[in-house]
Amino acid sequence: MAGQPLIAARHLDKTYQLGEQQVQALRDVSFEVMPGEFVAIMGPSGSGKSTLMNIIGALDTPSGGVMEIDGAAVAGMNSDQLADLRNRTIGFVFQQFNLLRRTTALDNVKLPLLYSRQRPPDLNEAACASLELVNLGDRLHHQPSQLSGGQQQRVAIARALVNSPRLILADEPTGALDTQTSGEIMALFTRLNAAGLTIIVVTHEPEVAAYAHRLLRMRDGRIVSDERTVAASH
Amino acid sequence: MNLQTVAEFIRLALTALRLNKLRSVLTALGIIIGVASVIVMEAIGSGAAIAMQQQIASLGTNVLNVMAGSMRIGGRQLGVGGAVPLSEKDLRVIRERVPGIAAISGQLNGSVTAVYGAANWSTQVSGVHAEYFDVRPWPLVAGRYFTAAEVASGARVAIIGASVRRELFAAGTDPTGELLRIGNVPFEIIGALGVRGQSGGNDADDVIIVPLTTARSRLVGRGFATVPDAVGNIAARVADGYDLAETQGAVSAVLRKQRRVNPGEEDNFTIRNFASLLQTRNEQQKTLSYLLATTAAMSLLVGGIGIMNIMLVSVTERTREIGLRMAVGARGIDVLAQFLTEAILLCLAGGLVGLALGVGITVAIAYVAGWTVSIGIGTVALAILASAAVGILFGFVPARRAARLNPIDALRYE
Repeated sequence: MAGQPLIAARHLDKTYQLGEQQVQALRDVSFEVMPGEFVAIMGPSGSGKSTLMNIIGALDTPSGGVMEIDGAAVAGMNSDQLADLRNRTIGFVFQQFNLLRRTTALDNVKLPLLYSRQRPPDLNEAACASLELVNLGDRLHHQPSQLSGGQQQRVAIARALVNSPRLILADEPTGALDTQTSGEIMALFTRLNAAGLTIIVVTHEPEVAAYAHRLLRMRDGRIVSDERTVAASH
Repeated sequence: MNLQTVAEFIRLALTALRLNKLRSVLTALGIIIGVASVIVMEAIGSGAAIAMQQQIASLGTNVLNVMAGSMRIGGRQLGVGGAVPLSEKDLRVIRERVPGIAAISGQLNGSVTAVYGAANWSTQVSGVHAEYFDVRPWPLVAGRYFTAAEVASGARVAIIGASVRRELFAAGTDPTGELLRIGNVPFEIIGALGVRGQSGGNDADDVIIVPLTTARSRLVGRGFATVPDAVGNIAARVADGYDLAETQGAVSAVLRKQRRVNPGEEDNFTIRNFASLLQTRNEQQKTLSYLLATTAAMSLLVGGIGIMNIMLVSVTERTREIGLRMAVGARGIDVLAQFLTEAILLCLAGGLVGLALGVGITVAIAYVAGWTVSIGIGTVALAILASAAVGILFGFVPARRAARLNPIDALRYE
């Protein structure tokens, strides 16, 4: 895992103004994620893991320090440049799936392609390929309400994959799923990681974190531990 | 943006609109009503203009009409006894002393019953001079006009209008030479007139025209005991090259002297011309169309506010969706374009339904009221452009609000 890091955070600070009060969500956070890693970020609520995830996901910029995503510093970017970075480099997976209702799986997966600057010639073909990657090739024209929770999350993962991102960023991806389905989703992440994709999962469930090869623990806006782990075999 | 992306945006917008069918329809209702009223307004307005032009053309804009009595006394129609009727003498001085009178005729009107064989018909009779047909050209379809000699001798000859002919004679038969009893007086029909059509709500063809002298002595002269040579109204055609208003002034001056009106007194006669009538009606029509345009603009405005209101609600409801779109790479401009597309499609759909509704109402009005209506391609284009413009105008603020959302807050929005 040599070469340039995919995520390089150096001395990140983030402060919010909440009314008259200043809230320091991140304090001097530094870490790197190399291409191909499978990282879990854990911590209690209020530990700053959501803030960190927003900055890794180019949804937000730090107040201090340097954040480089795929070699590009996000500090000076405007909202359009951030949008392009998210579109090109990052695939999001959310706890609540965030699929468009009454919209077919195919159309949901196609969504990031619509906003892409380097569009494949055939959007449908690209979206189909992505759905086949998550074994939903037979559910192209189903709407979210016709799919199970696990299937919906797989559609969301297909959507995250469709633009061939360098990083999958999952925020509590199994929070709305039962244990067995959670296992299936995490197995899917493991499979994608084995194929070379970098994955960062934010979770508060140790069983989920156990799938990762590296665990960052956060508390009070700081990283309190950063350890390599052996992925549990499931 | 390539064509495929635009198509996808439109498809997504249609999906979003379908999600709230009832709401979309109700929201579009304002636009539907607005556009429909624009169409109906335009159709009636331009139809009325066409009808009026036809009517004016048939009446002639270079004709002066002189009536006895002042029409200006409180707007009250004065009876025949209220003012000295116009006489042959009055007519003669106009002909002799006013330059530029090309043709002049009296017109003594009355109601009569005409009987032909077993058929009878209540109609109007007009006693006129031979020049009448030169004042207002009215082509014959059969027979001839009567001559000045026949007018002088009080000949019992009659020319019948198309409606009278239709009521009394079988289609295809020639009425000339037939005997017609008008108010129990036998007349020989010498001519049949062509169709002139409606005039101010009356059937201009429901008339029998006879020599003025004959009408005065045998049909409608009884009300004019004090003036044995009464001619009813006088119609005069102004020759080409003479100014209508100047000629009208000259007629007025001559008549004041002839009818002994002292300086400072009101005229005891009234002169009207169709050009001024046309002007008055043009102004009335302009006022009416401003009124209708205002109404249409107001309903489009109200419709637009409805669109804006619903789009704002929609942006709030779909905050999470907007956050998601931003997370997967939508720029502000993409979100703006999406919501604008929805607003424009909603308005265009409303506009098209309004167009159909407007055309339907217009056709119904034309059928029921018998009005002349006209829908031009310009009107249709205006309706479509107006509804698209409303979409852009009133969709912009909600769309911009959506575009300016912070993706983090939007994603967390419950």
